[in-house]
Amino acid sequence: MSARQFTHIGTRPVRHDGADKVTGRANFGADFALPGMLHGAVLRSPHGHARILSIDTSTAAALPGVKAIVTGRDFPKTDSKVWLGGEGALDLGDMGDNLMARDKVLYDGHAVAAVAATSLAVAREALTHITVVYETLEPAMSLARALADDAPILHTDLKTSGQPAPESGGPTNVAARMELSRGDVEQALADADVVVEGEFQTPMVHQGYIEPHACVARHGTDGRVVVWCPTQGPFLVRDACAGILGIDAATIRVIPSEIGGGFGGKIPVYLEPVAIVLSQKSGRPVKIVMDRDEVFRATGPTSGSRVVMQLGAMRDGRLVAAKASMWYEAGAYPGSPSGAAAMCALACYTIPNFFIESFDVVVNKPKVAAYRAPGSPMSTFATESLVDEVARRLERDPIDLRLQNAVSEGDQAPYGPKYGPIGLKAILDAVREHPHWTAPLGTHQGRGVACGFWFNAGMNSSATVALDTDGSATVVTGNPDIGGTRVAQAMMVSEELGIPVERVRPVVADTDTAGYTDLTAGSRTCYATGMAIINAAQDVKEQLRLRAAKVWDVEPDQVAWEDGHVRSLVEGDERPPLTLNELAATLAKTGGPVVGSASVNARMAGPAFAANICDIDVDLETGRSTVVRYTAIQDAGKAVHPSFVEGQMQGGAAQGIGWALNEAYLYDDDGRLQNPGFLDYRMPVASDLPMIDTVIVEVANPSHPYGVRGVGEVPIVPPLAAVANAVRGATGVRFTELPMSPPRVLAGIESLESA
Amino acid sequence: MSRIHVETTINGEPAEFLCSGEDTLLTALRDTLSLTGTKEGCSTGDCGACSVLLDGRLVPGCLVLAAEVEGRTVTTVEGIADRDSLHPVQQAFLNQAALQCGICTPGFMVAAKALLDANPDPTEQEARYWLAGNLCRCTGYDKIIRAVLDAAADMRKATA
Repeated sequence: MSARQFTHIGTRPVRHDGADKVTGRANFGADFALPGMLHGAVLRSPHGHARILSIDTSTAAALPGVKAIVTGRDFPKTDSKVWLGGEGALDLGDMGDNLMARDKVLYDGHAVAAVAATSLAVAREALTHITVVYETLEPAMSLARALADDAPILHTDLKTSGQPAPESGGPTNVAARMELSRGDVEQALADADVVVEGEFQTPMVHQGYIEPHACVARHGTDGRVVVWCPTQGPFLVRDACAGILGIDAATIRVIPSEIGGGFGGKIPVYLEPVAIVLSQKSGRPVKIVMDRDEVFRATGPTSGSRVVMQLGAMRDGRLVAAKASMWYEAGAYPGSPSGAAAMCALACYTIPNFFIESFDVVVNKPKVAAYRAPGSPMSTFATESLVDEVARRLERDPIDLRLQNAVSEGDQAPYGPKYGPIGLKAILDAVREHPHWTAPLGTHQGRGVACGFWFNAGMNSSATVALDTDGSATVVTGNPDIGGTRVAQAMMVSEELGIPVERVRPVVADTDTAGYTDLTAGSRTCYATGMAIINAAQDVKEQLRLRAAKVWDVEPDQVAWEDGHVRSLVEGDERPPLTLNELAATLAKTGGPVVGSASVNARMAGPAFAANICDIDVDLETGRSTVVRYTAIQDAGKAVHPSFVEGQMQGGAAQGIGWALNEAYLYDDDGRLQNPGFLDYRMPVASDLPMIDTVIVEVANPSHPYGVRGVGEVPIVPPLAAVANAVRGATGVRFTELPMSPPRVLAGIESLESA
Repeated sequence: MSRIHVETTINGEPAEFLCSGEDTLLTALRDTLSLTGTKEGCSTGDCGACSVLLDGRLVPGCLVLAAEVEGRTVTTVEGIADRDSLHPVQQAFLNQAALQCGICTPGFMVAAKALLDANPDPTEQEARYWLAGNLCRCTGYDKIIRAVLDAAADMRKATA
């Protein structure tokens, strides 16, 4: 497989949707409008935790221009779920309660009512005339408070799920517990020459996509519903709206717009069911667009976390024991990535003895959504910080120590299966050989390195490839293009059919047009949908081969594709081989149009590994840390379009740097978010960062015909520890709590000086 | 509600529209004039997705009142390309794959054009500081900065 020579895969053509996106023609969520459309606005709780005693909408309803109002009573309770393949299930009862509170509000920003009116100004005015009477309750704003014996309880009916089954106690905020173990960790820690330990904390952070959530919904008099929205999964929006509203999914059509970033945060539905009900009540299309404050208060984020870990090593560098407990904030409803966090924490190393337990804890903050390799960055922050400490204690080169313990093909992953061919050792070799690793550092500068792991996902995808008589082709899938997947999909068709990439038209279709396709998420689009596309293109080739047999009147097995031509294998047959263009031109005479189709149910994916090198310059007077050099190295399996692979690596690194140095949800004691805007929620800007160098390693993934692994998620796993390890090098202080903002770094430096 | 009649020039063409006193230029462009290339990311002047040029000066459309553009000239992302060809910075973004989701791209086009109009030979640091008012969450800015510097080099070559 690795010996396969590619013509198009691995090149860097211009994306098909590029011109639309640099000229402003591309239509994103908020750009869509319908005639007669109403504008919706959502009233949100100012309290972190409160019982809703009453909602009076009568004054608002009487306002001229107000056409419909909804509250939680307009949304039926449901126990339905949407299954996401191996990724677990989304609880639609919770999702419905999250998008319109019924009995209690569970966080600042929780929706309590929505209005549709003839203008946005009228809709917003109407919100001020809705009277909600709350009985405020103490909010659980930290893991410690949520876990205390006298903790405020969010859900009185919540029971802890898990394997092995936890002891059933009284009311709890712990939604789930899981454990993983191997060997005898206590004995191994007792026998270890070196044991390092730490308590690591990370705050809630937001995905930070620049496009706010938006949608237009039209509920027709025939009962048919059409939704236009930016989403990572149009089929999921369809199924979630159907489940939450108790209507037949077959009556809903979801048309995805261009999507202005998601990173996992545009998987759940927040607005779509609300707009559908408002449209049903008013008889007119309804558009709702969030403002930035709503995005921060009520969507995303990912969990705040606390990880307590011990790591034991022998003098010769072998990591022999790891013991960890981790608590992840789920937000207002169960579903933090605590399980994935536990499974990823030690996935880079062959550690014979470990015990990990993880807890999913509800708190009075927004319900978390997926964020790029969900759960892995925080637990990896703990592991990779401690591996760095082991290297320091043993006076070992941090790359050598990691290489000594790195997993490779045949090793058993901590979460169960044996690894196939994986790239971690090749990545670490690439780190060591990179000029960055040996470049001199300036004064007050430090260098850190860290590794990371993510599973990647397979799941379900469909694709069709239609050949035109001019030899061009259309490829249709149901995956919104969030970062260049259209061009990658077209390149796969080009590779199979041998036609130029600009003559392939990639189409992101709606749910009535494409075959069922799971999310643009889980690093799965190029991998799983890619396989469906390759198979569909091969289906086209096979049909063309049969056409040639028909034209030549020979047995099908006497015709074969060779070097981009169909040839007759009949001995002595002098007829010249046919090109794809020649076969395409005669389709009408040989049996009609050719459309190839395929679907996949990809159970396995190729695991992704990455490593980052970070150089930090710390200003000892202000505590400000500046990243002065950064290199990301990752195993892509096979990079379909290397520029977009590099882009994923660079973007994930930048998000991770922001998480490490600046970003955090800040709440007051009453549970109100204090920084719901880009001014105070400080994401990296261009002047904060250096160029981010990249090295793509290619260890082919055997489950994909080109060797492709997903690339989108693992880039955000190494940065937290890579940055922390660099700050450790620059300051001598081991920071275990994020963000490493200037005040925190300054305090750390000062405490070291006074010690 | 009384409305204000505004006459202005948008992308080289005379334009007129009605607005309320509190409408922003961003609202007027997007909702009244259907120029939806200019994006709304925050409406607090922090993200740069609504960057436009007002009399050639880079401003966030969300912090300018619509009525303020009376008698002035506005350039939006829709006015950056020639009829027949992309602006060099647009072409450079395509060549460098400097966009992923593309929502911030219109703002970067306008801000980068303003930079190159003011400074045809920016250093990397000058480009980074000039573009620090435009948030991109996908790219980490690496390819964006490279594209802007490439475009600058192309434009210098073209005028040399």
